[in-house]
Amino acid sequence: MSDAKKVLLDPVVDNNPVTLQVLGICSALAVTTSLLPALMMCVAMMSVLALSTAAISSIRNRIPTNIRIIVQITIIASFVIVVDQILRAYAYEISKQLSVFVGLIITNCIILGRAEAFAMKNPVGASFLDGIGNGLGYSAVLIVVATTRELFGAGTLLGYTIFEKTADGGWYEPNGLMLLPPSAFFIIGLLIWGVRTWKKRQVEKPDYQIHEVHRTEVL
Amino acid sequence: MVDDRNSVKNTLIVAIGLSIVCSILVAGTAVILKPKQEQNATDFRQRIILEVAGLYVPGTAPDLEAAGIEARLVDLESGEYVETENAAGFDPVEAARDPAQSINIPAEFDIASVRRRSALSPVYVVRDGDAIDQIILPVRGAGLWSTMYGYIALDSDGNTIRGLRFYEHAETPGLGDQVDRPEWRAQWEGKRLFSEDDEIIIEVVRGTAPENDYQIDGLAGATLTARGVMNLVHYWVGGHGYGPYLERVRGGRGDS
Repeated sequence: MSDAKKVLLDPVVDNNPVTLQVLGICSALAVTTSLLPALMMCVAMMSVLALSTAAISSIRNRIPTNIRIIVQITIIASFVIVVDQILRAYAYEISKQLSVFVGLIITNCIILGRAEAFAMKNPVGASFLDGIGNGLGYSAVLIVVATTRELFGAGTLLGYTIFEKTADGGWYEPNGLMLLPPSAFFIIGLLIWGVRTWKKRQVEKPDYQIHEVHRTEVL
Repeated sequence: MVDDRNSVKNTLIVAIGLSIVCSILVAGTAVILKPKQEQNATDFRQRIILEVAGLYVPGTAPDLEAAGIEARLVDLESGEYVETENAAGFDPVEAARDPAQSINIPAEFDIASVRRRSALSPVYVVRDGDAIDQIILPVRGAGLWSTMYGYIALDSDGNTIRGLRFYEHAETPGLGDQVDRPEWRAQWEGKRLFSEDDEIIIEVVRGTAPENDYQIDGLAGATLTARGVMNLVHYWVGGHGYGPYLERVRGGRGDS
């Protein structure tokens, strides 16, 4: 794989920010009750990630080390506000559904993580691709979770009926749990399990061994 | 050169330069997109008015006039109409901020915690032929975190609720924002505001409401938001709100 392709595609599965690094979980729980807002969140997240990593990378040699986090956050926050304003102007209703979560992209660990770990050390082009790649990785997880939740929680996808609900004379009894935040925990947990079963390399060594209890100690 | 970037001079240059660039970016976007955003907000409000009246046709641009909804301006204290050219353009929230156009709500009446209200308020009248079919009143009041802004649609008897919807609030996502859930909104429809002897009886109860025409289920996890909704309905249909106007409507004098 060429370098550029690796930077772009690595974060999708092999180094996924959500399933491997377990970052950005908060918004993955909050905006995934249905697919459309989740997709909009993905676009917002990806734009902010790509633009801010590129911007930070372009001035990386000038950023004083002692104020670098503030500089990064300022740049990220500015792009988040711009994206939020654009959503409010051109996708008003979805922006209402996403409510605070677009603004909360500022605090999403994935963005600051990429800025600090990648953009501060790599050229603009690569940083931009890294931003897009991590955005794709985040989006992949969001889409899987949102598809599962909307399909089983409401019997629809993007608002179109897939499973006819019993309430409307069909056969499907919606699973209300899917629409509540805890279900996203279960789905993301299962997803992480699935990915680590597929890619054994991602399984972490245990930090400690659980101490075996000896009979003598109990006595 | 590389070490130079940690100098006081460079730190200041980067900090100030970045602040200027970022503020221009943010302010520029906000200013350029503002008209579009305001248009969206107005359209959305109009859509909510149509929805609460049950007149919204999905996929069409919201247009009150085309739907036969007539905006009028009411003097809240007397309950009488005030003649004006532009009742639909009157913003009661804006007017409540202007001391010349608004009054302080005495604390004992201010159950919805809105503090000030405009002296005049727009109402939306839907007619069936010549007779009034329903009226739609702008309402607002404090929830748990935020002021909730919405509309309540009432039957021509000035008593039966046709619908209640909010177009703006900042209640807790997942808990307080259940006020927007269709199942909960539907509970208000057909409920009565007043008892036989004109006492306000509409009520949000904790848990599940008994089968009657004046009590509504509470919201699990959002007791205070639900109570806020009840309080704002109580305030606005009460004597200090649209009460005098509703009395005129009930007496069949809401026509002129």
